[in-house]
Amino acid sequence: MTAISESAAGRALPWPSMLRESGLAAFVALLLTVPLVGFRTVDRPTGLGISTRFDEVLAAAALVFIGRLGLCLVNEGRALLVMVLSILALAVSAFVGFPTEALKVIAMGGAFVISLRAAMKINGDAAITLAAVYVALFLGPWLQLGGGVTLWLVAKSVIAAAALAVAVWRGLHAWRKHGAPVSLADRDKAMDRIAVKVQQASRFLGPVGIAFALIFPFLPIADRVSIDIGILLLTYIMLGWGLNIVVGLAGLLDLGYVAFYAVGAYSYALLATYFGWGFWICLPLAGVLAALSGVLLGFPVLRLRGDYFAIVTLGFGEIIRVILINWYQFTGGPNGISGIPRPSFFGLAEFNRNPTGGLPSFHEMFGLEFSSLHRIIFLYYLILALALVVNLFTLRVRKLPMGRAWEALREDDIACSSLGINRTNMKLGAFAIAAMFGGFAGSFFATRQGFISPESFTFIESAIILAIVVLGGMGSQVGVVVATFIVIGLPEMFRELEQYRMVAFGMGMVLIMLWRPRGLLAHRDPTIRLQGYGGGGTPAAGTAAAGGEAIAGGRAK
Amino acid sequence: MTDAIMTTAALPLPNATTPLLAVEHLTMRFGGLVAVNDVSFAAANRQITAVIGPNGAGKTTLFNCLTGFYSPTIGRLTLRHPDGKTFLLEQMPGYRISQKASVARTFQNIRLFGGMSVLENLMVAQHNKLQNASGFTIAGLLGLPSYRKAEQQAVDLARYWLSRVRLLDYADWQAGNLPYGAQRRLEIARAMCTEPVLLCLDEPAAGLNPRESGELADLLTFIRDEHGIGVLLIEHDMSVVMSISDHVVVLDYGRKIADGTPHEVKNDPAVIRAYLGEEEDEELPPEVAKDLEGKGV
Ligand SMILES: Nc1ncnc2c1ncn2[C@@H]1O[C@H](COP(=O)(O)OP(=O)(O)OP(=O)(O)O)[C@@H](O)[C@H]1O
Ligand SMILES: [Mg+2]
Repeated sequence: MTAISESAAGRALPWPSMLRESGLAAFVALLLTVPLVGFRTVDRPTGLGISTRFDEVLAAAALVFIGRLGLCLVNEGRALLVMVLSILALAVSAFVGFPTEALKVIAMGGAFVISLRAAMKINGDAAITLAAVYVALFLGPWLQLGGGVTLWLVAKSVIAAAALAVAVWRGLHAWRKHGAPVSLADRDKAMDRIAVKVQQASRFLGPVGIAFALIFPFLPIADRVSIDIGILLLTYIMLGWGLNIVVGLAGLLDLGYVAFYAVGAYSYALLATYFGWGFWICLPLAGVLAALSGVLLGFPVLRLRGDYFAIVTLGFGEIIRVILINWYQFTGGPNGISGIPRPSFFGLAEFNRNPTGGLPSFHEMFGLEFSSLHRIIFLYYLILALALVVNLFTLRVRKLPMGRAWEALREDDIACSSLGINRTNMKLGAFAIAAMFGGFAGSFFATRQGFISPESFTFIESAIILAIVVLGGMGSQVGVVVATFIVIGLPEMFRELEQYRMVAFGMGMVLIMLWRPRGLLAHRDPTIRLQGYGGGGTPAAGTAAAGGEAIAGGRAK
Repeated sequence: MTDAIMTTAALPLPNATTPLLAVEHLTMRFGGLVAVNDVSFAAANRQITAVIGPNGAGKTTLFNCLTGFYSPTIGRLTLRHPDGKTFLLEQMPGYRISQKASVARTFQNIRLFGGMSVLENLMVAQHNKLQNASGFTIAGLLGLPSYRKAEQQAVDLARYWLSRVRLLDYADWQAGNLPYGAQRRLEIARAMCTEPVLLCLDEPAAGLNPRESGELADLLTFIRDEHGIGVLLIEHDMSVVMSISDHVVVLDYGRKIADGTPHEVKNDPAVIRAYLGEEEDEELPPEVAKDLEGKGV
């Protein structure tokens, strides 16, 4: 324990003020839960009725009271006590029956958060140990030993084993030396170091990852389900990379990215079903149409700043969806469009057993046994290629004047204007290019599903893509990949929680953002280095991160 | 256009050199507040023209009108390049003033791209040149040699200015991590990388120690003499203003109250009054005055 908490532990606790604070929190919870939880409408044969569940309201308020008291105690320096108690509470509530499942989740979640909070007050190692133990407990194979060995189970076991190793290693640390409680700044610094390491590692981890993605469909663990999950992850990675251009590089908070995804999907679906054009003609057209819609939206909107911009893009996303629903003669309305043609093998062969369009079938062409997996594997490679194109584009454009201007706009757009940069054109460029990539992803989605309807393009999709970008660390390409695995993977991991998994997911997101507001891997490498250019450049004395301190230190001498 | 040049020629000039910038009857109103009130003056090429005045005199507002951030309520701003091209700045959108008319500026509160490296800041300043060379990104994406050559030249220019402002060793550092003085110098280097004919500096010596101010004065005279451009300088540090400027314009409450050589301006009664106030001791609130007496100051 630290000196601060020891001295504090000697003091008497200010019970009245702590109780008052907890009471107040419970009262606020009561006010909120009475309308939200207390009443619910039920469908009776006689009509709509109202039932009450005040027991749950009271239980929720009581939980808030206890939790708040715990937090007060942590702040008063009784962190160890609170940690032990909350871990106990977590264990007990995992096994004891609650009136409803929701209360159980709240109790467990609350105990989980408070125990972590208390551990953080003790020291950083304790917090990491505890978090790792939780991860190991949650993901360990012991929860579902009955089932067969799936890729998922293997992945979870590996993560659990790694977490256990971290727990032991950090636990020993925490035992041997008593560090100080972690502050936000310390955490940020630690994460920055990790981000720098990941950035450096990504130089060789990137190709390794791509190589793995390339051979993945032929590995023994790859089955239909895992390739489908791979396609899903890659779609979101591609969308994340696309949105990263607007949000991460140009710094424009676009809440309606799904609109371009929808434009791409509908462009493809309509062109293919009305004119009977093939995928390989429609794909670029869909991209162009999406880019055009990006420019159309951009012209009026890009004058707006910050929040106003975000709100209008949000509106645009909804408008597109409403148009798709209501223009039913053209778009099929809420019924959507079905029978969208599947992609051919580059216009050379079809993936059907008995192709009708005059093309040979893929399996005959290559002398293979027919398998429906061929098409899925092809789709997998298609989205992999599309995603890599987006990534390659972003990596290159960052080193070009346009990419630099985007980042400069994000940093300070007034200074940009004073340097003669046409802000509107640059922003329109970012918008159109990101929209084009969204359009590509949309056409892919349409051809993969064979059926689209406006329901696939709701705001939640925009929110998920944005969450991926923000969580990964704005502008970080690796961050998008990591965040996709968290955002798309987490809800999969929490399948055991059934309908509460979205609650757990939301809580996870809130925790990560509290823990690391700038995003997990927010670190930026310069796009050009003077040393890389010949001539009279002297080697720089340190990295950017150490720079300020080094100069300051040098001047102090 | 010809009309503008003729009016400019009619204005009294500080000396025989051609006027680079002519400000005529410039007025900027914000609602009821007249921040700049009917100000006319000329700034010559190869000269440092200082604009001084007490806080709130309207100096920054004048710069904002010049560089297109505000469009003036009344007035004409004529910029005449040494090669004869003439621009009416008040009619141009902000970014064009830097792009076409080649006016560069710095800001009173430094506006660097803090998250980007020092070198990147200077590359962004050469955006238009590079953007053309990159064939609006396409040639750049393909990595054509023409673009690579342009980039090499841009880096060379950046390196030149970095060595001028003594930041060469810090080229790859994050601009936001530089100490304050270095940030001020970097902002000037960034403005110079746009290859301007008129450089407008808004309080470049603010927050600098005397040694750094001395270096700044040397840098500005270097820019004036070796690069042959006009410099417009807002500054409160009188030691800098008086030592390097060729011509001083004094503003007070939005009006021009004096205009001349540093020596003339220093001895102008109107200027002394504006800076010191007419009855200085009466302006102190009574309790402050008592406080000062009590402390024996
Ligand atoms: N955008 C604006 N809207 C309203 N009033 C403004 C605006 N910009 C400046 N002003 C007002 O105009 C006056 C002149 O301001 P300005 O910033 O030009 O002064 P300054 O001479 O640069 O002073 P300082 O030496 O403190 O920088 C001030 O009274 C200021 O409040
Ligand atoms: Mg000012």
